[in-house]
This record gives sequence, C-alpha cells and structure tokens, in this order.
Amino acid sequence: MTGTDALPAYNFAYLDEQTKRMIRRAILKAIAIPGYQVPFASREMPMPYGWGTGGVQVTASVLGPDDVLKVIDQGADDTTNAVSIRAFFAKVADVATTTKTTEATIIQTRHRIPETPLEAGQILVYQVPIPEPLRFLEPRETETRVMHGLEEYGLMHVKLYEDIAQHGHIATTYAYPVKVEDRYVMDPSPVPKFDNPKMHCSPALQLFGAGREKRIYALPPFTDVVSLDFEDHPFAIQRFEAHCALCDARNVYLDEVVTDDRGGRMFVCSDTDHCETRRTEGHRGTGLPQTEGGETASTSREAAE
Amino acid sequence: MTAQVSTQIYEGGFSDPVFGSQTVFRAVMDAMANPGRVIDLGQLTQAPAPLEPAAGAVLAALADYDTPLCFEAQNNADAAAWLTFHTGAPVTADRANAAFAVLVSRSAVGTWSDFAIGTSSFPDRSTTLLLPVEDLRSGKRLTLNGPGIEHAADIAPAGLPEGFASAMGENAKLFPLGFDLLLVCGSELIALPRTTRIMEN
Repeated sequence: MTGTDALPAYNFAYLDEQTKRMIRRAILKAIAIPGYQVPFASREMPMPYGWGTGGVQVTASVLGPDDVLKVIDQGADDTTNAVSIRAFFAKVADVATTTKTTEATIIQTRHRIPETPLEAGQILVYQVPIPEPLRFLEPRETETRVMHGLEEYGLMHVKLYEDIAQHGHIATTYAYPVKVEDRYVMDPSPVPKFDNPKMHCSPALQLFGAGREKRIYALPPFTDVVSLDFEDHPFAIQRFEAHCALCDARNVYLDEVVTDDRGGRMFVCSDTDHCETRRTEGHRGTGLPQTEGGETASTSREAAE
Repeated sequence: MTAQVSTQIYEGGFSDPVFGSQTVFRAVMDAMANPGRVIDLGQLTQAPAPLEPAAGAVLAALADYDTPLCFEAQNNADAAAWLTFHTGAPVTADRANAAFAVLVSRSAVGTWSDFAIGTSSFPDRSTTLLLPVEDLRSGKRLTLNGPGIEHAADIAPAGLPEGFASAMGENAKLFPLGFDLLLVCGSELIALPRTTRIMEN
C-alpha cells in the first residue's frame, strides 16, 4: 500500500474467496433442494445484522463485473437500505446499478417482488430476517429440523386455523407460509402475501439469504410454490379499493402515505420503478395536479418526482 | 503421489482466480437452476488428463479445504495433485465423506449408493457426482422434468452407464435426500440435481 492509497483494498465484492466458495456451494445445494434451508457460515458485514447481511452475502457471491444490480427496500429504490446497499456494491464491486427492473440481472430485495414480471436469467435475492417458518411455533432449531425432515407441518395449519377461529379469515398478511414442490414449507421472507403468487413458477431464479440466522434457501425457476390454505378458506391476496394516486395503477401493491396533519392521505405504488415507468408512459393519478396540455403536465410530473 | 511429480500440476489454474471462479460458478448455478441445459464453462483452467476440462473447472472454482474429493479411478494422481495444489482440497477414498466425486466414464451405478445422500435433518450434506460422458448431444434422447424446467427438457448424452435412468429414478425417489450429478464432456456440462425426473423415450 502506498502512502497516498491509504484505504485498505478489498477483494472484489468485499467477501474473501473462501467465503464466496462456501456460500456458492450452499447456493447450489439450496437450488438442488428447493425450499430447504442450507446452513452457511455467515460473516460479519460492514452493516448490522437485520440490514440485509444475508442478501448482501448472497449477492456478493453471485455478482460478476458484467452484472447490473438493482436494490429495492419495500419496493422502493430510493430508501435508506436500498441506497446504501446499492452504493456498497457500486464501491466494492464497481458494478453497474439501475433502478429499472427490466435492465437488472440481479435484484436484491427487502420484502417486495417487483410488479414487472421477472424474466428468465434474472436473479432475485431476498433479504430474510427469520428463515424458519415454524420458529414462532417451535423455538428449538433441533425440533424444527426434525419437523422439516418428517414433513410434520400440522402445527402450521393449526396456526392458520386459529387465525380463522379468531378473525374469521386467515389474518396472516406477510411472511405467508408456502409449500415448495409439495415438500418443504418455506417462509417467503416478509413479502406481503400479495406477492406470493409471483413466486409460483417464476422464470427467474430466487435466492434467499438470512445473515443473522445463517441460512440460504432457493427457488429454481418454474418451481411449484403454493400458499397454504384450507378448502373452505382459500388463499387470497390483498385487494385495494384505491388506485395509485400518482400513476393510477390498479392491481398493484399500494403504500398509504400521510400527507398532512388533518387526516389527508394518499395511496401510491410501493414499487417506485413501476410507478415512474407508468408516469413516463403518460398515466396520471388523481394525486397529481389535474391539468391538461403537454407543458403543464410535464412540469407537474417533475414536481411529483 | 509418486516421487516423479509432473510440473503440470502447478500450471493450468485460473489465471484470474477471482473472476475465473465467479464465471464458472455462475455457469454451474445456471446449469443447476436449469437442469438439462448444456452449459459451456469455457477454457479458464487446464486440468491434467484424464480429468475432463469441465470437471476440472467446477472443482477449481468450488473445492477447497472444506470439501474432500473422491476419485473413482486410480489413474488420477496428476489431477488429484493439481486440485490439491490449486484448491487445498483433501483427497479421500471414503465415498460417504466426499463433497465431490469424480467418476469414471460408464461408472457402475450400483456403487453410487456409497456416496453421501445427506440426512433427513441435513439433506444438503450430500455428494455432488461428476460423470464424464462421450458426448452431450448425440446419444439416446431422455426427457426431463422437475424444478427449473418449464414443461419438459430433452437431453441426449452418449456413453451413459448401464442402468443410468433407473439409478437416477431411485435417487429422485429419495428426495429431499440424494446426490446431485453433473454430466461433463470437454468444457461443457449438464446438471441433473436430485429433483430432476428422467424418462426414457
């Protein structure tokens, strides 16, 4: 190291090569056993556990110099977690980054699946806080391992049944358990159940990394992913009455945004790229100033962004 | 290893280990996620014969001191020494303890049950087999389905062992246990993870 080059040099994508090999082997076994949680030797990362260290380690291990990386946090490209992880990889791996779902080869996500359908060849990396779907029903890891081994998932159905007994419907709205290839019950990470159907037979490869809990799991493309339910209480996703106030989108996942201290609020797309794309295509929601004519419309579009 | 160590073992590793192993890993991941797809790993390593170039590249990218390697044939001293030099991986004769196993062409499928298939609590603790074949495209057609395959995929490897399809069928029945297998020929490979179901036409 020279005197002018005071910063220590990191390996490409921060992790050392032995760590990457270990994670890569775990990823390959995870792909071979869809839905099964492969233990791995999670490393300390330069961010706290809970900030996406599992997803970051998976991304660092698959990332190459030709990849284009997109990072979203609750669907948004411009929130703290997304911005800092994107900046992290731009710095330690010098990769191209994007906010466009269609341009990305790797999308690291915290708790959403993009609205734009993913394509074959894309990789979706989930940041997972608690990978074990049975953890809040059975705290002992030794026991949950046996339960997965024996395919003993009665407890999970009891939990969903108790929802119905108490609320009249299955009240689980996120981290809604799924069954993969009719074998493993899997936690889809805390994505809203709205996104569960997008996991089923997706052409993209889906990788899940839990850094604090030291687990990696995967869904290869075109894998059966079925949300657990009952015949008389079939699985259903959230429905929104409102349209997106910015881009007028329907049938997308909406965030409620409080706009003042007098009860004002609006619903906007949680997926910022989807919303921006629609607005550049000319879709306008009721939350934008309702003016006609090209000049004023473009001005208000800028103001909205 | 004999006293006459060939200098060949010191040559032929990745010229750029960081990006070379990343390229090979992504290709192998692509193969595992899309069973039946023929994937070319390129010429990033030069493994000593009789190790197939694709098998050499996979092991150079993924093996290290944590992954005991098992060679079915006795004539792999150069290849074993090459891998030990470049990756630090130990060579073992204990099949149940091998992370990767390099089989011989037309390996007897009856002996594959000696390899690790994992346990019900840890099905990932299983051997990945590397099986050399004569060709990946000119043999008898086999139809695949399972995760990673949209409807069905056809492969036509030539030079498979006797009873290959039924052995793979038995392996698939063990799911989630079982070994994972890579067919290697030259610089190309086809992945057949334990989830892939094979039908003879």
